[in-house]
Amino acid sequence: MEQALQVIFSATFIAAVLRVTTPILLPALGGLVAELGGVANIALEGIMLTAACAGVLISVATQSEWLGLLAGVAMGVLMALVLAFFHLNLKADVILAAIAINILASGSTIFVVFLLTGDKGSTSALVSKQMPFVEIPLIRDIPLLGPIVSGQNLLTYVAFIAVALVAVFLYRTRAGIHLRAVGENPEAARSVGINVRAQQYLALALSGLLAALGGVYLSMGYVKFFARDMTAGRGFIALAAIFLGGKTPLGTMIAALVFGAAEALSVQLGNLRVPNQLVQMIPYVATLVALVVYALAQRQRAIARQRKFRQAQAT
Amino acid sequence: MRHITKIYPNGVLADNDVTFEVRAGEIHALVGENGAGKSTLMKILYGMERPTSGQIILRGKPVTIHTPHEAIALGIGMVHQNFMLVPSFTIAENIVLGAEPLRGAFVDRRAAIAATTRLAQEYGLSVDPEAVVDAVPVGMRQRVEILKALYRGADVLILDEPTAVLTPQETHELFAAIRQLVNAGKTVIFISHKLREVMEISDRISVMRDARMVGTIDKREADEHLLARMMVGREVFLDIEKPPAQRGPVVLKVRDLEYATEAGVEVLKHVSFNVYAGEILGIAGVEGNGQTELVEVIAGLRAPLGGVIELDGKSIAGLTPREVRRAGVAHIPEDRLTNGVAMTLSIQENLIVDRYAREPFTRGGLMRPAEIARNSEALIEQYAIRAPDGTLPVGSLSGGNMQKVVVARELSSRPKLLIAAQPTRGVDIGATEFMHEQLIKARNAGVAILLVSADLSEVMSLSDRLAVMHDGRIVAIFPDARGLTEEEVGLYMLGTKTMTPAEIERNW
Repeated sequence: MEQALQVIFSATFIAAVLRVTTPILLPALGGLVAELGGVANIALEGIMLTAACAGVLISVATQSEWLGLLAGVAMGVLMALVLAFFHLNLKADVILAAIAINILASGSTIFVVFLLTGDKGSTSALVSKQMPFVEIPLIRDIPLLGPIVSGQNLLTYVAFIAVALVAVFLYRTRAGIHLRAVGENPEAARSVGINVRAQQYLALALSGLLAALGGVYLSMGYVKFFARDMTAGRGFIALAAIFLGGKTPLGTMIAALVFGAAEALSVQLGNLRVPNQLVQMIPYVATLVALVVYALAQRQRAIARQRKFRQAQAT
Repeated sequence: MRHITKIYPNGVLADNDVTFEVRAGEIHALVGENGAGKSTLMKILYGMERPTSGQIILRGKPVTIHTPHEAIALGIGMVHQNFMLVPSFTIAENIVLGAEPLRGAFVDRRAAIAATTRLAQEYGLSVDPEAVVDAVPVGMRQRVEILKALYRGADVLILDEPTAVLTPQETHELFAAIRQLVNAGKTVIFISHKLREVMEISDRISVMRDARMVGTIDKREADEHLLARMMVGREVFLDIEKPPAQRGPVVLKVRDLEYATEAGVEVLKHVSFNVYAGEILGIAGVEGNGQTELVEVIAGLRAPLGGVIELDGKSIAGLTPREVRRAGVAHIPEDRLTNGVAMTLSIQENLIVDRYAREPFTRGGLMRPAEIARNSEALIEQYAIRAPDGTLPVGSLSGGNMQKVVVARELSSRPKLLIAAQPTRGVDIGATEFMHEQLIKARNAGVAILLVSADLSEVMSLSDRLAVMHDGRIVAIFPDARGLTEEEVGLYMLGTKTMTPAEIERNW
């Protein structure tokens, strides 16, 4: 127990939290943009997976992590646009289309990896590149804070900066405001001349971009290879983070950090003598618990409202 | 607008060679019954529909208007009946939506608020620019819609039934604002079917009927009777012949009924009354004063917060709709498309939705198509439902015939109590008269009838006794609806007059 506590209250642990939050936070921000644009994007998982795979393969082929990143992001945006086309042009149900994309992503990535390496499990046989880790001068030398803030992967910084960027985009720019108007009342938006479909394409493209960054981080930052189904449900945990965070950028970040902490804990406890299977459950159980707590809080609020009303009536 | 004709793809002729002319700086009312074609005409002017043929001439020049965007660019603005606002945005954000002032790459909130305040002051339309739309009353939301059009530079404002959702006080404020708009040089087209309001506010009045323009007259030459005649094409007989009521025992007893919405708004406040066998108790009131909720609470669609509802001495409060129906209550709901019929199901099926699982329609767990068809044939004939075949989907019928299906189902259940909510809304004159006959027939047969209608002349002429609701309360019950005037009832509807509780109780 003591050992466990020591683990949790260390700078290494907090640094680890940021590290594992990154691939939840990025797709969560993407999902948030889509959600506020009025399209529930449950294809985050599949988009991440294809982006992770494309990034690794292109970095192998070109030996450039930057071209890998570019390829991964392009792949993610492409997948999101495919979803947008099916939903917005062909009027397919967005949930079904997204499920199809998730299944397609899972199967096709394995297929491509097998074609290239003969291995159905991972690309560890190939020499792929990794996004750079950034040592920040001065901050690096601050005790405690230094090891947490400095030395993270470039995409981790991108993720947290993206929180602010997404917030500014959604609440301060014309495009962001139009996007939210479309998500909330498409008729109203249309009546003032906003192109509803174009806004929803934009929302999905942005969600594809952000989710793809999360995917690329997994295979080119967190580790240095692509493995089958390596997203392991992060795209879905990201969705939970959006709702738990009250559909705001800051709230989504906090929720993502909670899930990140749960996952980091499971990684750390894996080093101790706790059964592996139990430990691996932690992030998912945390998600479940968080959602139950959220639902209960909602109900509590409704009950409190009713009670207040009855009291007001009694007097 | 010259010789406008609009035929919808489904073959409905909405406007037939309509010519409509509005002068700059006037308040022009466009009146007509539901389905007369006035909304379609305005949608064409606002670019939401394209005319099949005809021409629009604006300030002397022919124009084509294909989208609302083009209409806005030409200085035409429209305030829709159902507001086009984003609930979680502030009022200023809604007003500038789509045409936001920018500072650099960002939207300039302060400029948006300043523009809103300036416009609001200029036209006397008071709003709180920083309040969230969701939290402000309906009247203010409407002012936001008007400001939205003005912000976009509208010179011609189309108001589509603007008073339908307003309280009398808010209507009053709206009219003051409209006058100020016209003084500032704007032109206002006012769509309505409330003749009294039309007489109060407009300079000229155009009347439409059956997709045609009947004529345009100056307000000074018009009176309500003339307008009514133009609208329906003949003198309207407001009096309905009926034998005196043979009042029986109390069927429905309601005492201290209370109801509040989930948000905690009190909608019904200590409502008490009786309905007797063989009489029609009418409930008059401005819409939105609790009538809808009263009906739905009695019908079991909403659970009351407190109070007594008894049918033949047995409590039916808080029962499910099915249990309430089993106890002998029939309900003609006000929103027939949502609650009255299942649009995609056949007439046959709609006629038995409340009894399909019972004899004779089901035996041994299986439905019996022959019985179901026989039942529908009989009812189609008895209620003169104009449909070639009972297997057609109800959605293919006209509003009046759809309502006949509902009435046929409800009356054939042999109820003790019939609740009729807005039974003739949106149906044509012929079907309306048929509904009235059916209600009188049921009353003469001893059914207790609770009639709720927003149409004051209807509720006054059909009812034996008349109750008036205002702000969730019964403010008056008249023991004899004959001899009342609309003016008198109107005072109670607006809450200017109320009976004392003792007086009301005497007339329970």
